[in-house]
Amino acid sequence: MDENTDAAPPVVAPAPEQTPVVEGLGDDQALTELHPNYKSALRLQAILTSIPFIVGAFVLEGQAILPTASIMIPVVLIALAFIIRLPSRRFHARGYAMSTDRLRVARGILFRHDTVVPFGRVQHIDVNQGPIDRFFGIATLTLHTAGSHNASVHLPGLGEPLARDMREEIRSHIKREAL
Amino acid sequence: MSGEVATHSAEDTQPQRTAPIGLLITAITSLRQGVIPIAIGAYTFRDNLVGMGGVIALLLVVFGVSVGIAYLSWLRRTYTTGTEDIRVESGIISRAARSVPYERIQDVSLEQKLLPRLFGLVEVKFETGAGGADDLKLAYLTEDQGEALRRLIRARREEEAASAAQVAGEAAVPEVEDEEADTIFAMDTQRLTTFGLFEFSLAVFAVLGGLMQYADTFIGIELWDVDLWQGWIESQSGLLSSFGFVAQIAGVVAGVVALIMIGSVTGLVRTFLRDWGFVLEKTARGFRRRRGLFTKTDVVMPTHRVQALVLGTGWLRYRFGWHGLKFVSLAQDAGSSSHVVAPFAQLEEIEPIIRAAKFEPPSDDLDWRHASRKYRFDSTAIEGGIFAFVAVVLATLIGTGIIGEGFAYAAFLPLIPLSLSIFFTGANLYAWQFHRHALSGSQIFGRKGLISPATRVASRVKLHSVEIVQGPIAQRRGYATLHLGLAGGAFSIPGLPIKRARELKSAILHSIASRDFSQLS
Repeated sequence: MDENTDAAPPVVAPAPEQTPVVEGLGDDQALTELHPNYKSALRLQAILTSIPFIVGAFVLEGQAILPTASIMIPVVLIALAFIIRLPSRRFHARGYAMSTDRLRVARGILFRHDTVVPFGRVQHIDVNQGPIDRFFGIATLTLHTAGSHNASVHLPGLGEPLARDMREEIRSHIKREAL
Repeated sequence: MSGEVATHSAEDTQPQRTAPIGLLITAITSLRQGVIPIAIGAYTFRDNLVGMGGVIALLLVVFGVSVGIAYLSWLRRTYTTGTEDIRVESGIISRAARSVPYERIQDVSLEQKLLPRLFGLVEVKFETGAGGADDLKLAYLTEDQGEALRRLIRARREEEAASAAQVAGEAAVPEVEDEEADTIFAMDTQRLTTFGLFEFSLAVFAVLGGLMQYADTFIGIELWDVDLWQGWIESQSGLLSSFGFVAQIAGVVAGVVALIMIGSVTGLVRTFLRDWGFVLEKTARGFRRRRGLFTKTDVVMPTHRVQALVLGTGWLRYRFGWHGLKFVSLAQDAGSSSHVVAPFAQLEEIEPIIRAAKFEPPSDDLDWRHASRKYRFDSTAIEGGIFAFVAVVLATLIGTGIIGEGFAYAAFLPLIPLSLSIFFTGANLYAWQFHRHALSGSQIFGRKGLISPATRVASRVKLHSVEIVQGPIAQRRGYATLHLGLAGGAFSIPGLPIKRARELKSAILHSIASRDFSQLS
């Protein structure tokens, strides 16, 4: 299996996508969109989350306590909203901008969070992949800082090679700054 | 071992697995967890051989599976010591890859618990500024591997330290010369007494209450039994009323005086115990604080670790010009002790301390700005509105006779939330002008509080991240909260006009990015 290739270090992977480094301060420039597969991953997550509720609704429906379909219809409608509408809204609300010395991460529909971490403050870097992420070939990049607020800033939904590239880029910057 | 000689050779840049004997420890640990279920199972089925066999089989399966998982995760966990960083990759189904640059590793600690020790294994921990749970751990390596890794990282660190020392060479010399300690703040008995009086506290009654409840169970008298006290008061009231009106007033006054006395004495005692012989010195290494009557504490706070200052006060002492100064220090130190450097001082005494910490004290010359007026309106409307809503609901319920039947003063009940609503509305509107912030060339200031203002001062380069957060209302009304990533503390400024928030963000980010973390300390 691919066990060995996975465990091997990511030797300068021939990246299909280049790290979109934007010159300048990166505070106001346009955000880069996440990997399109991220929307599918969010959708799959929503489906998995809504399954127990739908099953529960079925069971309640079977008890025939309330008039027919009075539980089923709202539950299914809400689940559909969560599966169809929300992932794409969340996807469009998220984005990042990587500039020469900092990473900006934006997220949130109701509560907008716009976070900037200068590379010079990064303590260590994680690239994480859950099972769903691996299926869709995406990964989460996490930057850890020493601050109490925003101790770790997560950027999900990057293409896996891109996440690794970005890690290299940020790490090399730490080295450059320190010397 | 020859291991440390080979550390720089190419083989170390290959991914390595942790020590295979570590698997044995995992197996033993899971076996140990199985002991209790085995015992319970054996006891339950002591007369039933089939049941006993089932329990044992189940345990074997569980054990086998956990060993299997441990083996797989061992197989999939590798670490690589590269030229610039150390990385660990792990996970069977989920994959996690962590990269820690050598520059950021503060220390490498080797930890041996009893079981790993028997097998000559160590757990290696790499401490970074992020601190605590997020640190990188490797379990288990052989002692030699661990030691080699530690040496490798120390060597890499020293290479950098050497190159850094060349740059900072001139700056380092004068610091060494200046060895003597200057006392920059001390509190004498008179100051402590004043401080103690302001620390007025009725906490002693809470303690007494707790003790009495405790005593209850032993003495057998129901101290909380209303009837007991009522009976006692009734039996005494004849005596009391015979003293007449003046005597009753005198009694009340005496009670209040006693309360004040007890509160003041409590405050004095606590203050004397904690802050006796308070001395703050400035030494070459940083600040040194000694205090305490019975438990003496001696804390050294390196100047470069001071991230921010908090200048606080109390509602009453503020009227007399007394303030307290606290340092916010790096995250690792936060748990150990509070970093109060001047608990009770006049502003002109605090100012030299602030300057000694290489900070600028807040002054009126700064460009102080207020929060957005829309934020003032919204937060006032929300706070006042909640109570007004409660008042309306209560009034409706009482008016329609749903609740409050037979309660003579029911009509006045809605007045309580209504007056609270008016109070909060007024307080919010008035307090707004005291909430302000300012940005100077090297620092950011935030001030909060109406009756006991607290000012936070953070050094711009020592911040770690900047975040702008907007809730649903804030998005429509065009204001935002600015959160600054401060090591060991929190710093946020609410209700900034979005334009100002962006200005502050880009200014602060510019300062942060100008200097790397490793140059801060």
